[in-house]
Amino acid sequence: MDDAKIWQHAGSSRIPARVYTDPDVYQRELDRIFYGRHWSYVGLEIELAGPGSFKRTQIGERSVIMIRNGEGEINVLENRCAHRGMRFCQEKAGTVKTLVCPYHQWTYNHDGKLLGVPFKNGVKGQGGMPARFSLSDRGLTTLRVARRNGVVFATFDASTEPFEEFVGRDVLRYFDRTFDGRELVLHGYSRQRIPGNWKLMMENIKDPYHPGLLHTWFVNYGLWRADNKSELVMDARGRHACMISRRSEAIDGEVTKGVTSFRANMKLHDASLLDIVHEPWWGAPTVCMTTIFPSVILQQQVNSLSTRQIIPVGPDKFDFVWTHFGFADDPPEMLARRMRQANLFGPAGLVSADDGEVIEMSQQGVTQDPEFSTLCELGGAGVENSDHMVTETLIRGMYRYWREVMGL
Amino acid sequence: MTDVTQLYAEYAACLDDGRLDDWPKLFTQDCHYRIVPRENHERGLPLAAVDLVGRDMLLDRVYGAISTLFHAPYYQRHIIGPVRITDDGPLDIGAEANYLVIRTKRDQPSEVFNAGRYVDRIVRTPDGLRFRSKLCIFDSELIPNSIIYPI
Repeated sequence: MDDAKIWQHAGSSRIPARVYTDPDVYQRELDRIFYGRHWSYVGLEIELAGPGSFKRTQIGERSVIMIRNGEGEINVLENRCAHRGMRFCQEKAGTVKTLVCPYHQWTYNHDGKLLGVPFKNGVKGQGGMPARFSLSDRGLTTLRVARRNGVVFATFDASTEPFEEFVGRDVLRYFDRTFDGRELVLHGYSRQRIPGNWKLMMENIKDPYHPGLLHTWFVNYGLWRADNKSELVMDARGRHACMISRRSEAIDGEVTKGVTSFRANMKLHDASLLDIVHEPWWGAPTVCMTTIFPSVILQQQVNSLSTRQIIPVGPDKFDFVWTHFGFADDPPEMLARRMRQANLFGPAGLVSADDGEVIEMSQQGVTQDPEFSTLCELGGAGVENSDHMVTETLIRGMYRYWREVMGL
Repeated sequence: MTDVTQLYAEYAACLDDGRLDDWPKLFTQDCHYRIVPRENHERGLPLAAVDLVGRDMLLDRVYGAISTLFHAPYYQRHIIGPVRITDDGPLDIGAEANYLVIRTKRDQPSEVFNAGRYVDRIVRTPDGLRFRSKLCIFDSELIPNSIIYPI
């Protein structure tokens, strides 16, 4: 790859098409970002019950297993047998006494330690492993794990800074707003494959410009609109961000004028789709969308809560896994409300289904011509926190960091 | 049985013809319509991709799909397998059927979009048979981008 050719503009406000399409750029992203010094989301602790309970997921394109051991600790192990490399775990979730690769029955414990190898000492004095073979040299790849208030992250790199430093104080504050240590409850999954570069999803949740334009429901019901009181917050390096806003029900003519998605006559037949009840832990904001680079989006949209995991599948597509949750002390009507509002978000969401659609079309557009660059100059070309939404500063922040880590 | 078969045929025809406004008419006023990943269904998890209670919410979904959700347009083609009556009681009928939805986007070849089964409760009304509940449990592990229209 000719590094000098990839990014020819100064700054981070014009993003070259190759950043979304080039296989060499993508491979470097896997190496330096997903397998490098970053914490990636793997799941929620409540997805694991007792000892041996596991969930299979991915960091980048590498398959990993999040598993609880007998001491209640959570390990993240690479799903690849140390013998012949088999991706031995095929179930998405379950409970096991040991992890066994069926090919030659190499057996590992919940910490990824190799417990035994059939015919290690040969059969009737013949064959077997050489004398120097040691079980302790051949465990599964064990990732470093960070747990914070029920959310589990992992990293392949031994030198990644501690999770709290990685996220940074300002973004961590909003992380803790949702995940404050209360017991969570798993509500279920939605999985979609979006034919676009994985960064387009990060951009989408760092882009406060589009929700009040693309998403009719946000405009009409004040959930996200340019006149809402809002705040955009980044970590010091610009890689993670929060978009925080407060719903306003009164409509200001200036922000709906000329907005073609605004439907002045829209009236719900059943208002319970938007039966929003304020929860004390929100404080003033009604929405907080947090991007933890590179792997997850944390969603609080009124009463709907989810983590949205990004799993890249080549430069031109990614899998997007939504894990919806609530709190153990939710009364039944709050559970029902969260499920009703899930109609708005997800792969079929009345609000968010079109995010996947525009990402697909963006990918089509940037694939047309490698010399094209996208423009991200709403609110200037700099990177700074903001108290309004009419800016693309968060996207510029991410690419400033991306250029640094990619050396491009 | 022929009436039940006819109801499923009507259901497929209305969606495949793009007559979304007719879709809620095949349900009772107090209906329940859900599209659920098999994974959530089998694990007893409450989350659905679409979860509509009452015909009014179906009307809102139709309005949302037609008038508010920006999307690449597509045709649907429902292939519904033989309907199995699971119980035929005095109040309602239980019925199940496998389905396959083929999606055809503009300029693109047709593709399998969603595969699953319907688990339904059907009632007799003065206007004919109507769905009181329709559960679409889909096997497809990954939704190909998004679901806009009803399944």
